[in-house]
Amino acid sequence: MSASQTTVEAARIDSPLAEFWRRFRRKRVALAAGAVILLIMLVAVAAPLLSPYDPATPDYDNILAPTSVLHWFGTDAYGRDVLSRVIWGARISLAVGIISAAAGGAVGISLGLVSGFFGGWLDNVIMRLCDVLFAFPGLLLAIAVVAVLGPGISNVIWATAVFSVPAFARLVRGDTLALKQTVYVQAARSIGVRPLMLMLRHILPGAMPGVIVNGSLRLGNNILTAASLSFLGLGAQPPSPEWGAMLADGRSYIGVADWLTWFPGLAIFVTVLAFNLMGDGLRDALSQKLQ
Amino acid sequence: MFAFLVRRLVGAIPVLLVVSIFVFGFVRLLPGDPARLLAGPDASPQDVEAVRVELGLDKPVWLQYGTWVGHLAQGDLGRSSRTRQPVATEIGERFMPTLWLTVAAMVWATLVGMTIGVVSGVRRGQWQDQVGMVLAVSGISFPAFWLGLLLISVFSVRLGWLPTGGYGTWQHFVLPSFTLGVAVAAVLARFTRSAFVEVAGEDYVRTARAKGLPERLVVWKHALRNALLPVITMTGLQFGFLLGGAVVVETVFAWPGLGRLLVDSVSYRDYPVMQAEILLFSLEFILINLAVDVLYAVVNPEIRLR
Repeated sequence: MSASQTTVEAARIDSPLAEFWRRFRRKRVALAAGAVILLIMLVAVAAPLLSPYDPATPDYDNILAPTSVLHWFGTDAYGRDVLSRVIWGARISLAVGIISAAAGGAVGISLGLVSGFFGGWLDNVIMRLCDVLFAFPGLLLAIAVVAVLGPGISNVIWATAVFSVPAFARLVRGDTLALKQTVYVQAARSIGVRPLMLMLRHILPGAMPGVIVNGSLRLGNNILTAASLSFLGLGAQPPSPEWGAMLADGRSYIGVADWLTWFPGLAIFVTVLAFNLMGDGLRDALSQKLQ
Repeated sequence: MFAFLVRRLVGAIPVLLVVSIFVFGFVRLLPGDPARLLAGPDASPQDVEAVRVELGLDKPVWLQYGTWVGHLAQGDLGRSSRTRQPVATEIGERFMPTLWLTVAAMVWATLVGMTIGVVSGVRRGQWQDQVGMVLAVSGISFPAFWLGLLLISVFSVRLGWLPTGGYGTWQHFVLPSFTLGVAVAAVLARFTRSAFVEVAGEDYVRTARAKGLPERLVVWKHALRNALLPVITMTGLQFGFLLGGAVVVETVFAWPGLGRLLVDSVSYRDYPVMQAEILLFSLEFILINLAVDVLYAVVNPEIRLR
């Protein structure tokens, strides 16, 4: 290798994302939480293979059977296997969480980019709208949306997506304001890169770490809100093995068949906790100040 | 100070107006014909029409809005289309139980949450911090409705110490206010800790230490005072969020409050009650935000002058 070649080679600069990953790898609790999330996802995908019974078929000879070798989590008032229902329920909860966070994220990111990049009255209008959405607690806002659209799991997804928007928008707006001033964005602008390309190729990647942190915390939050709505009877409707709806069913059997409330509740708790722990780890990896 | 108060109060009026239009319009978007629902499945078209006229639903929308606001100004919120009771009466009966529930939850959650936060912040990285933060992250992840059901199963069904639900004596308050407060205590603990950690790195704290002040004074006088500013805001906002949580907790414990009424009104498409509830909740949020602003101005004189 000639000497001239080595002098030309610039010092390697990690992209913010690679740097971020390097720091995140050291957080053991967050990594464990990530593993739990992967496991839950796997369970959700492989539900037909993993669940020992059909989640919807009643078995009237085995009504309210306690936990046993045949039914690890017991059976419900229709003799349906609770373990199978919890397994299938993972599909619903994850789908609700992921779709609503992705939809809310997509809208929020776009609004944040536009708001931060163009500024002016557009910025003002978007941010005031976000303030209004922010002022309401998520669950009440979701109830209001469900009130308009009617109960049902797909409407719950929209409801939770709506209140995911402002957090993403504010976050991305802040990052955009900062990134707009960086040398590389200024350089790209000076050689005539169009605004859309500037936003998508040069600013968005820099805003991604924050988006990922917020996304993880959002997912947990949205799963919890969706389960709450189903528990209130405004989300997934009874035959569905949604965890919140299962808890609503089980509450009449407290003291008689506690496993009906134990296992779906535990499933919600573990899932939400995993997303929160991972989000915390991601956030710590992101903020240098706490290092 | 007085001028600041007046300015903020006047500023809230257009917001309220927008909210009222939004609330009115949004309820009109609901699926289903309330006149048809109310008249019952066997009603003849004439009966449905009679109900429609009685509710004023046959008039143009702007007229309905005008009438509604006019009545609103006189404290007349209409009648519940479900119970036929005046809405003001229904809400009046439900208001105090919810207020007491949220206050009880807020008081213990603030005390416990901020204590955990300060202890974790002071003992950063030590076992107190770790225990505190594990409790806090569990608290924000715990579904309130599950917690409520578990508490009922242990303390009411198994031990028989406390009632499963209802409203009346102090025993009725224990489980619901605990359930409602857990998430808020957890949020406040995390927030207080991070505010404290942030302040602990500031120059003036280092200076206080450098000039040889005892650690107790550094923590209480220099760090905590400044850390508490953002915590005030967060606490105020949490109060608003408790109202959301109350919806779930009131359902679990059969609490005769506003949250339960809201869920019922949505399930039964009780327009007038729904409108009044959402308007009331919005008003509460506006007032809470206002109170937070004022409190902030009291603590920090810079804001008043702006």
